This record gives sequence, structure tokens and C-alpha cells, in this order.
Amino acid sequence: MSPEGTTGGPAIVYCHCKYAQVLPAATKEAVLRRLCDAGLPFEAVPDLCEASARRDPALKRLASAGPIKIAACYPRAVKWLFAAADAPLDPATTEIVNLRVLGAEPAAATLLSTALEANLPAGKVTASDAPGAAAATNPAES
Amino acid sequence: MALSDRTLRVVVYEGPGAIPVDGAARYAAVSALLERGFGVTRAGSGRPVAPADASPVLVLGRWDGAVPEPTGDPADGIRTRWAALDPATAADEAERARAELGAPVPGAWKPWFPVIDYDRCTNCMQCLSFCLFGVYGVDSARRIQVQNNDQCKTQCPACSRVCPEAAIMFPKYKSGPINGDVVSDSDLGREKMKIDISALLGGDVYSMLRTRSERAQSRFSKERDSDKALAERQKCLTKLAALAGDIPAEVLMSLPSPEEISRKAAEAAARARAALAPETTAPGT
Ligand code: SF4
Ligand code: SF4
Repeated sequence: MSPEGTTGGPAIVYCHCKYAQVLPAATKEAVLRRLCDAGLPFEAVPDLCEASARRDPALKRLASAGPIKIAACYPRAVKWLFAAADAPLDPATTEIVNLRVLGAEPAAATLLSTALEANLPAGKVTASDAPGAAAATNPAES
Repeated sequence: MALSDRTLRVVVYEGPGAIPVDGAARYAAVSALLERGFGVTRAGSGRPVAPADASPVLVLGRWDGAVPEPTGDPADGIRTRWAALDPATAADEAERARAELGAPVPGAWKPWFPVIDYDRCTNCMQCLSFCLFGVYGVDSARRIQVQNNDQCKTQCPACSRVCPEAAIMFPKYKSGPINGDVVSDSDLGREKMKIDISALLGGDVYSMLRTRSERAQSRFSKERDSDKALAERQKCLTKLAALAGDIPAEVLMSLPSPEEISRKAAEAAARARAALAPETTAPGT
């Protein structure tokens, strides 16, 4: 499948957080219903954590979708979940909609809005930018 | 099957050649698929979706005519299946396609594992030294890495509490900053909070309980004090023993001996030392 309808706003991703009760069930349901009612294209992932843990190539696919809004949890967690799967998100074109803290209504409105407010934590983008052994001290010997 | 095998992508198609469905039917189909662990693309116009890749695909639609035939290069195995979109059967169709296309079974493992925030990590190797289950390793550049995340003990966030930089997250944890919430200065309180990991690794773990020193007042400090980290480590070890299956009940009821803790910890510490040694020394992995 090729990207379709590339006008009109960023791609939309919804994380269902299936394998834990981390996101309020009512929020998840309401946001997914709003997405389905809106009739817009979107991507729905059962559990981004599981996808990251298995280095699911689906994350690379999502990270390459261009400007993107992801309904999941904390931006810091989502940033490094994608990075851990070798699928770093572009900090300039990614907005995380945190369903752990936002109510269903503002979350759905933000997700469906065409405006994008990039909000990944600033800093290094991938693990390869992390400090290497040279910068470290050995706690086992301190 | 490798963890990184491509999972089935289910596409809900409502474009030309198919009859659109209403929001309620779409919701019923998508939520049923998600609940069974399948990722879904609702395709259409107005927003981009992720591009095509080599993943096996099931396309669900209310077709105008007959359901399309399987497509793909037969030499590589047919990679796309087509089926009728019916919310009541969507998940079963996906399961059938998954099995036929040889895609991995979703949800075979509960995803509880550490995620490193490399914006904070200083590569100090304390996590590698602490974890007795071999979850951590180093890459070819001797940078800390989560390598065996499926060996992490469910609900055990102990290593996040020994990280001096609060760089280890468990996104499914109940509270911040371990769940990925912003790390505040009061969460960190580095000097006050730093755990005497060498005492833990030395096996004299019970003395830690006797030498409770002052505890800082922040939410993170309460959670990451050494007593709690130790208790979690002990809990995890008990669980590991239970998983082995052939250990007598009376042994399962007791904690591993300090010697055993000490032995495993020494192995982990040796790997950390190797990772931090000068380049001429062979790195541990
Ligand atoms: S990324 Fe966040 S919302 Fe998604 S599965 Fe993980 S913890 Fe749940
Ligand atoms: S303990 Fe924390 S800072 Fe040290 S290597 Fe591990 S994640 Fe990085």
C-alpha cells in the first residue's frame, strides 16, 4: 500500500495498550470511537511496547509515515520505544498525545486536528548518539 | 520464530470497489482486531498512512463483487489475503490469514521490559551490574543496551531504581518517572539517592536492611531507596526459582542464599567491568 491522501494533516496512530491497564479504558474507547466516526485514515497498534520489544518492523513503517501524531502515553517513553526498535521518530514532526493524562475529549480533538505541535523531548535522537564507554566510570571498582 | 519477524498488517479498505461502512461497524471491527493483537490500517483519503513494506497483509472490505483472489509474488509466497469485512468475524479472518502467511502469533509474551532514555544515560553500567537475569548487554561500541528483554521479570522495575540518572523506564509502570513521565530535580536527588550497589553486589544484602539511612522525601526517592530495590530483587529471584519448575516447594518459599545472589552478581559485575575496560580488552556482551 502506498501513502494515500497525503494532504490534510499528519498521519494518526492510536496505541491500544493491550497488554496492561495503563491507559484508562474509557479514554481508549472514546478516542478510538471518535477516530472511527471521523472516517479518516489511521493506524491502530495493539501495543507499542510489545512492538518495540519484538523490534517489529511495523514501527519503522510508522516512523516513515511523515509528520505523525501518536496517541499513547508519555512522550519520553514513546520516543525511546521507537528508538529501541531502530525506528527513531523525527522530533520535528512528531506529536505524542498522552492518553495517560489527557481526557478523552481533548485527546481526540488534538489527535484529529490538522495542526501539529511537535513535543518529543529534546536531546539525542537515537541510542547511537548516547555516551560510549569512554565517558563512563566503573561502579564495580568505585 | 524471531522476535523481529513481520507481523500481519490488517487493512480496513473502504475505497473504490468496496462499500464504505459506518463508524460503529468500523469501531467494532477495529477494536475486535486490536483485542486479538492485530495491527490495523484504516486506509482512505484525507490523511497519510504508513507506506507498504514486506509485511504480510490481510485486506478486509465490503466488496462490490467477489472477494479478490490472494495476491503477491508466488515465488516469495503469496503475501496478501482478501476477505469480507464483518465486525463479527474480522478477528477470526485475521487469525486465519496470520496462520496461512506464517506471521508471528501476537501477544505471546507480556511486554514488561526496561527502555533506556539515552538522553539521560551516562553508560555507567550499574544496570548491567545489578540485573541478575542478563537483560542488559553492550553493543559493538560498548554502549549499554537492553538485549534480552524477554528475560525481564514482569512487574519488577528494580533496575530503574539503581540507575543514578533515572534513565531506565518501564512504560507500563504505574507512576513517574519510571513510566516515562518527566524527571524532576526532586525525583533525582542524585547524591542522596545513590544506592550503594557494591554492598548489594557483595552479597551482604541483609545488612542493607539494618543500615537504613535517611530517606529523601520525593516520590521517586521513596521508591528507589535501596531497601525497596533489594526487596524487588529478592521477589524477582523467588519468581525465577518458581519458573524453573523443578525446585521443591520449601525452597521456593525461601529466598536464594546470599552466596547465590553473590555469585550471579559477580558474573554481572564482571560483564560490566569488561564493557568498561580499555579498548584493548575484549568487551563483554
Ligand atoms: S507505548 Fe504507552 S500506551 Fe502504548 S503500549 Fe506502551 S505503555 Fe501502553
Ligand atoms: S544505570 Fe542508568 S545511566 Fe547507568 S548505564 Fe544503566 S541506564 Fe545508563
